[in-house]
Amino acid sequence: MTTVVRKEDPRLLRGVGRFGDDQQRRGQLHARIVRSPLAHGELRSIDTSALDGGVQVVTAADLPGDLRIPVRLSVQGIDLNEYLQPVLAADVVRYVGEPVAVVLADDPYLAEDAAELVELDIAELPAAVDPGTGRTAAEFELGFGDTGEAFAGAAHVVELDFEVGRHSAVPMEPRALLVDVDPASGALDIFGMTKVPVFNRAVLASMLDVDENLIHVHASDAGGGFGVRGEFYPEDFLVPWLAFTLRRPVKWTEDRSEHLVAVNHSRQQRHRIAAAFDVDGSLLGMRDDVLHDNGAYCRTHGIIVPELTLAMLPGPYRVPAYRGRITVALTNKTPCGTYRAPGRFEGTVVREQVLDVAADRIGIDRVELRRRNLLTPGELPHTRAMSTLGTDVVLDPGDYPGLLESTMAEAKRLGYLSEVDTLRAKGRLAGLGVAMFLEKSGLGPQETADVSVSATGAVHVHSGGTSLGQGIETVLGQLASEALGVDPSVVTVIAGDTELQPFGAGSWASRSTVVGGGAVHVSALAVRERAVQIAARMLEAAEDDLVVRDGTIAVHGAPGQRVTLAEVARACQPASPFLLADEPAGLAARRRFEVEHMTYPYGAHVAVVELDEQTGEVRILRYLVGYEVGRAINRTLVAGQLMGGVAQGVGGALFEEFRYDEAGQPQAITFMDYLLPTAAEVPGVNVLISENAPSPGNPLGVKGAGEGGLTAVGAALASAVRDAAGITGSVERLPMTADRVHRLCDMRGETETT
Amino acid sequence: MKPAAFTYHRAHDVREAVELLTELGDEAKILAGGQSLAPMMNFRLARPSALVDITRVPGLDYLRHDADGLRIGALTTHRAVETAGVPDGFRVLPRAARWVGHYPIRCRGTFGGSIAHGDPTSEWCLLAVLLEAGIVLRGPRGRREVPATEFFHGFFATAAEPDEMIVEIRFPGAAPRAALTEFAQRQGDFAVVAAAVSLTIEDGVCSAARLVLGGVDPQPAVVDADQALVGRSANETTWRAAGELAAESIDPPSDGHGSGAYRKRLAATLVSRAFTEAATS
Ligand SMILES: Cc1cc2nc3c(=O)[nH]c(=O)nc-3n(C[C@H](O)[C@H](O)[C@H](O)COP(=O)(O)OP(=O)(O)OC[C@H]3O[C@@H](n4cnc5c(N)ncnc54)[C@H](O)[C@@H]3O)c2cc1C
Repeated sequence: MTTVVRKEDPRLLRGVGRFGDDQQRRGQLHARIVRSPLAHGELRSIDTSALDGGVQVVTAADLPGDLRIPVRLSVQGIDLNEYLQPVLAADVVRYVGEPVAVVLADDPYLAEDAAELVELDIAELPAAVDPGTGRTAAEFELGFGDTGEAFAGAAHVVELDFEVGRHSAVPMEPRALLVDVDPASGALDIFGMTKVPVFNRAVLASMLDVDENLIHVHASDAGGGFGVRGEFYPEDFLVPWLAFTLRRPVKWTEDRSEHLVAVNHSRQQRHRIAAAFDVDGSLLGMRDDVLHDNGAYCRTHGIIVPELTLAMLPGPYRVPAYRGRITVALTNKTPCGTYRAPGRFEGTVVREQVLDVAADRIGIDRVELRRRNLLTPGELPHTRAMSTLGTDVVLDPGDYPGLLESTMAEAKRLGYLSEVDTLRAKGRLAGLGVAMFLEKSGLGPQETADVSVSATGAVHVHSGGTSLGQGIETVLGQLASEALGVDPSVVTVIAGDTELQPFGAGSWASRSTVVGGGAVHVSALAVRERAVQIAARMLEAAEDDLVVRDGTIAVHGAPGQRVTLAEVARACQPASPFLLADEPAGLAARRRFEVEHMTYPYGAHVAVVELDEQTGEVRILRYLVGYEVGRAINRTLVAGQLMGGVAQGVGGALFEEFRYDEAGQPQAITFMDYLLPTAAEVPGVNVLISENAPSPGNPLGVKGAGEGGLTAVGAALASAVRDAAGITGSVERLPMTADRVHRLCDMRGETETT
Repeated sequence: MKPAAFTYHRAHDVREAVELLTELGDEAKILAGGQSLAPMMNFRLARPSALVDITRVPGLDYLRHDADGLRIGALTTHRAVETAGVPDGFRVLPRAARWVGHYPIRCRGTFGGSIAHGDPTSEWCLLAVLLEAGIVLRGPRGRREVPATEFFHGFFATAAEPDEMIVEIRFPGAAPRAALTEFAQRQGDFAVVAAAVSLTIEDGVCSAARLVLGGVDPQPAVVDADQALVGRSANETTWRAAGELAAESIDPPSDGHGSGAYRKRLAATLVSRAFTEAATS
């Protein structure tokens, strides 16, 4: 395996990347969103009389009709139309941060000054802050088998309550949009819609009531996506609409304090989970009742996070009977969506805590209990009679116990286990955490890619994925270079330009290497086939006798007889003698790659922590991620994805929470209160990348790698803290802040109350 | 997160700074390292009409030791304190500097700025109160020195008048056995609770002690724990008892960083740890 350097790095390291805020257009106006300062209230009037002439203001009354943002992912046949977010609040505000007006000025300072002068008359209404008091937007159940029977016949039943705190992605770069407009046609050029640009373009076109070809979303760099960036938010209509209406470029750059109340929040759930075991600790059934706080509206993700929570909850285990039920509650808080490992971060910690508590109660070692209950290679593929994201849960081949084994062996080899023993011998509160998880990746149904070779031999890949910092250009470039037999350096990848790739489905759900990569692979193979065909004509040889290597096509056994790929590309130009009459010019192919089911990566996290009993501080001493990725196209990037995931997981497990007071006022609106882990809190991460179970569902054998670094961090750290604190129950809640851990330490040795 | 409009003025010496402050009125503010003021302005929590930049005022960046004790110029950065060679009795200052923010913040933020800002968990404010420093101010009415123990009036409120500038902080007496320790969830954050202590030990017995807590009151809180300390043997048991007594005598607030009850427990722990450190320093 060769290490291929990231294509993105030269521009990023030299500061010549092109991020949302990097671009300017002559005559641009700066937008500033006026947001509700109250969590719930009747919006009586908006007084803009204090603004001076140089400033324009837009409110809901100025918009074309009652515009609401549609759901991108509809599931379970549940209609959410009643709960969609308006572009601007008209009569009622439902969360602090909800857009109510837009101010436009010549520079961002003036826009912010002007926004302050907009007077909102809001009659405050009581706020629903606790999801228990919220309106129910949806309620549904997933499951299989007879749980009643499973629990009735169980030797051990373990039941517990667990809560995951509200937190979300905080990418380094907040959102930004620049929209340029052609004054004659109204054609829009949009920069900054990074994730699902083709989809967003269609939504925008329908809201503006124009043909989608009037809108061109450009590829741009993005300082991290993690699920929140690039969904269709109110601003994604407002900024283009303003440019379209005013025929002037409009720019909007979200600031950090907006970001923390405006982008999708995530994760907030309350679980009551129960697991039934036979005498030997084999799982008989699982039940989970979940209350999901979705904030004030259903946004583009609809109820996908609740659905994924239930669908993925059984994880990699043999669960004969399962019933998950979820209530999606609306509260007066920022609306929610997906955040890297949606539903799995939550479900994994809850399930793994039940297993830890059960192991103690039944008197089996934690790892052994898991080993007994993991699905074996012989049991895979395994179909679970429930669907998620519109596709059945069909777990593809893998070796879950094998990965647990190798990860534990690696932890041992790295001295994790002995470190815990040594610390304990010194009287320190050390603990080992172990968690297994199942991921999902490679959501279809399709991805399309264009691969072309130009007259110089340069290869261009136009993919429908987007570059969010994950290294998609590098990976897709590698795949094209492998298939075409050229050096990766001659490949240029453009990801997420709607004109260059109008059929792209975007980068999310760990799908880009699997589905986007599959599309590049088949397109590049088609180009290769065509190149061989043309080369055969040029060399007057049989296609079967040709060898493609190092950017050339040569006759086997006669290396002197060869043409370069550039020559072949030139031979494909119009009027070339090598083109047949009915053949299109150009050496290029567009292919579509479809997948039927997702592919399910899996892994294990192991952590060593030490607690300070007096302060409640959790020190993460060691951290290991074992991960099955099917095939690693680029191991460095896989490792990077896993490490980055761990960093975010540490945040959700220990520090980050969007807290609200009783009036629905957010309490974490700056980085002084929303605590992201820093370099000092994130441990060094060991990774064990396994390539033992190639995915049969795609020609590359790959499984996604975007989320598994994060999925089990809450679970592994909860397990480690529980082990260190020596408590018999669960840790009850994430994040495990120092205050809470301090209380957990106080519970040490107490016998259970339930 | 863009500041409201302000005018910018650069002072070239202390006299000019004071003149500018007088001339520009109550809404003018001094700009030193900008590590507290700039974020507050960006959030529009502070809206000075004018800034008087004193960073180019020469001669205010020093740590000097003489018969009057240790003097620290207002523009001395946290980092300069951290790396300064100071006489034995003042070692607690450089030792405590590592608790102040992160390296880049310590390279810009100033000692005088911290005192003027008056955050109740600020390490320099706590140590100024602990060591009974004098805050030297210059204003249109001349120079005056306010004892640190009377300087802090509550969250970000101090005895300095709007037209006065802090020029120096004077630590009159050496404190050979002193320590500051604190707890925050992340390294570099303002402390949830901080404890600064000093001790005199004679023949293995604690003969005098002083204790200041941060994060439990709107200003640095001087806590009297003499009952648990004075006349007791200088050992762990005593330090723990002092911690417990300190915890009993405070009623800290609850917020997102910790409940009042948790802060009390932290105070007990940190006081005892600080005394342990002071005793061995
Ligand atoms: C992420 C972060 C973490 C931090 N952590 C800590 C921490 O743990 N502990 C801590 O103590 N601080 C911390 N700080 C604050 C930092 O120490 C500041 O440097 C300090 O509070 C203010 O000093 P300054 O020179 O930057 O003052 P400025 O920000 O320039 O000014 C602060 C205030 O003091 C006034 N002022 C400044 N100098 C004078 C003067 N000479 N006379 C009169 N008034 C004056 C200003 O008008 C303003 O009101 C942190 C800051 C950040 C950004």
